[in-house]
Amino acid sequence: MKISSKKLWSLSSWTKIHHFIQCRKIVSSRGPSVAIVGSGPAGFYTAQHLLKGHSSLTVDIYEKLPVPFGLVRFGVAPDHPEVKNCINTFTQTAHNERCCFLGNVEVGKDLTVSDLTQAYTAVVLCYGASNDRQLGIPGEMLPNVLSARSFVGWYNGLPENKDLTVNLSCETAVVLGHGNVALDVARILLTPIDILKKTDITEHSLEMLSKSKVKKVLLVGRRGPLQAAFTIKELREMITLPGCRTVIYPEDVQGLDVVVKDLPRPRRRLTELLYTTAVQPPEKHRVAWANATREWILQFLRSPIAIKASTDAQCIESVHFVGDVQEKQIAVATDHTEDVSCGLVLRSIGYTGIPIDDFVPFDTKRGVIQNSGGRVIGCKGLYCSGWISQGPVFVILGAMNDGFATGVRPVSFSDWEKINQAEIQLGKKNDKPREKITSVEEMLHIAAS
Amino acid sequence: MPDGEKVQTKAKVGDNLLDVIIENSVDVDGFGACEGTLACSTCHLIFKQTDFEQLPSPPTDEELDMLDLAFDLHETSRLGCQVIVTKEMEGWEIKVPAGVSDAREPS
Ligand SMILES: Cc1cc2nc3c(=O)[nH]c(=O)nc-3n(C[C@H](O)[C@H](O)[C@H](O)COP(=O)(O)OP(=O)(O)OC[C@H]3O[C@@H](n4cnc5c(N)ncnc54)[C@H](O)[C@@H]3O)c2cc1C
Ligand SMILES: NC(=O)c1ccc[n+]([C@@H]2O[C@H](COP(=O)([O-])OP(=O)(O)OC[C@H]3O[C@@H](n4cnc5c(N)ncnc54)[C@H](OP(=O)(O)O)[C@@H]3O)[C@@H](O)[C@H]2O)c1
Ligand code: FES
Repeated sequence: MKISSKKLWSLSSWTKIHHFIQCRKIVSSRGPSVAIVGSGPAGFYTAQHLLKGHSSLTVDIYEKLPVPFGLVRFGVAPDHPEVKNCINTFTQTAHNERCCFLGNVEVGKDLTVSDLTQAYTAVVLCYGASNDRQLGIPGEMLPNVLSARSFVGWYNGLPENKDLTVNLSCETAVVLGHGNVALDVARILLTPIDILKKTDITEHSLEMLSKSKVKKVLLVGRRGPLQAAFTIKELREMITLPGCRTVIYPEDVQGLDVVVKDLPRPRRRLTELLYTTAVQPPEKHRVAWANATREWILQFLRSPIAIKASTDAQCIESVHFVGDVQEKQIAVATDHTEDVSCGLVLRSIGYTGIPIDDFVPFDTKRGVIQNSGGRVIGCKGLYCSGWISQGPVFVILGAMNDGFATGVRPVSFSDWEKINQAEIQLGKKNDKPREKITSVEEMLHIAAS
Repeated sequence: MPDGEKVQTKAKVGDNLLDVIIENSVDVDGFGACEGTLACSTCHLIFKQTDFEQLPSPPTDEELDMLDLAFDLHETSRLGCQVIVTKEMEGWEIKVPAGVSDAREPS
């Protein structure tokens, strides 16, 4: 008998599916079964919702990493532990006897989406947005020009970023973009080490940050203060960051006091805070800023057009900006240009999703699965949710060629709990909530122990 | 409730409204994701104008910052985890907004 290699692949993946299905604590013969791809908030909230809605339904959550929770673990900043409290609810969901977590299984590689649609009543794709947007300007690939995504992955223990080369021996860093991720990375660069060391930030990045020479961080956006994408809580946090001065130039906020009244409440309050911080900051801030040894500067209406290397090409020297004006809410270049000297550039201009399987229609321009209200267009029984369905942004990409080349061994939720305990134990030594394990091999080793 | 249903519940004076919802197992999807630490806005509640005016303490800047991200924001919105139950609240009707979600999170 002749079997094409394609057939062989699908045969072997079928064996794997059956293996996984046996993993379920309850294999329901009657109720509907749903496969969820991705264990971030979208995956867990979808699971929770489905389990609650149908008393006989079972859910399997497939996750490419051995550990759950997606960007709650690998995105949310280490100094924001409150945000991660949703993990408690996710853990409750994972303990539901009709829910099974299958870590270390990459859909699109270890299994195809159509393998899943054939085995389950419905499949929900919640695999997030795993690529970062690029600027497409000269110098973007130079050393120490980093995507905020990989920098975040580095300090948050994402296995693929654990060996990122980060050089913090310069005094000035430039962050490109005015979103919350931009504020996150700026804050991590500027926060006193004594605060960071009590968080679950990875030990290797803590060590580097403790030796950091970075004193000044410029946050540069292409549009004006009324278009800033960050939110007020995060801005207020920067303004009150210990040991760090906020600089917003009064000329950048001129006239905002007049328009502010007509803005919707969230934008109004954000704009008021920008305005008062620039024009008449409260006394307590001025006192604190007078003694600050670090500072951050918020700059508007500038687009980067090139990043220049130092003469020895070992590092970068400056970012070349072109001035923008706003026309119909869009930034339009002017003749004005300027050079900003710096030794580190973090590009934080948002993320975009990637297709994981040709079977699923994909909108490459927006970086999302083509869907209508969460139903994948033209694919019965296939749904999507979260960042991969609605857009904005995050990266997971790339060569996850780590430890799982030989055969797939799914990691169960109780395996994860072993990893969890090991991390908490490790953290105790340094008085941290946990020390994240960043090597996939080590995760799998603990899971198998 | 988002589906129009009314639920009556007991509340202990001194608890906050998030505690009340958890302790009485009032079932609202996704409510209180950050467990009362002012980091999510999923505990958003809407009060009647007259009740809102009687609430003992006004919202702090930090609460308003989080509220700004809530869906279906009203002038009489508060975060449940920041509102402490008082005797005067007996018989109040408090609305759970149409979507209990954090505006920054798509799901
Ligand atoms: C740096 C940063 C900080 C943030 N901070 C906050 C914050 O403080 N507060 C807040 O509310 N929001 C924050 N967010 C936003 C929040 O993290 C996202 O809204 C949310 O995580 C999106 O959920 P998701 O489930 O769609 O995607 P994700 O959380 O990315 O989850 C996707 C999951 O799918 C897995 N996966 C990917 N590909 C595959 C595959 N092929 N097979 C199987 N599994 C796969 C991934 O490993 C991941 O676990 C932050 C985002 C970033 C980037
Ligand atoms: N603490 C939190 O709650 C928290 C923390 C982190 C992330 N998040 C959420 O996660 C999501 C993603 O955050 P994000 O910061 O990655 O994305 P974002 O909010 O979309 O911000 C992206 C920024 O990059 C700019 N940009 C895009 N393309 C550009 C280009 N070519 N040149 C120059 N600038 C460019 C955008 O400016 P334009 O507006 O001009 O396009 C915008 O300022 C957001 O919803 C965010 O709120 C939340
Ligand atoms: S529970 Fe998160 S803000 Fe109230």
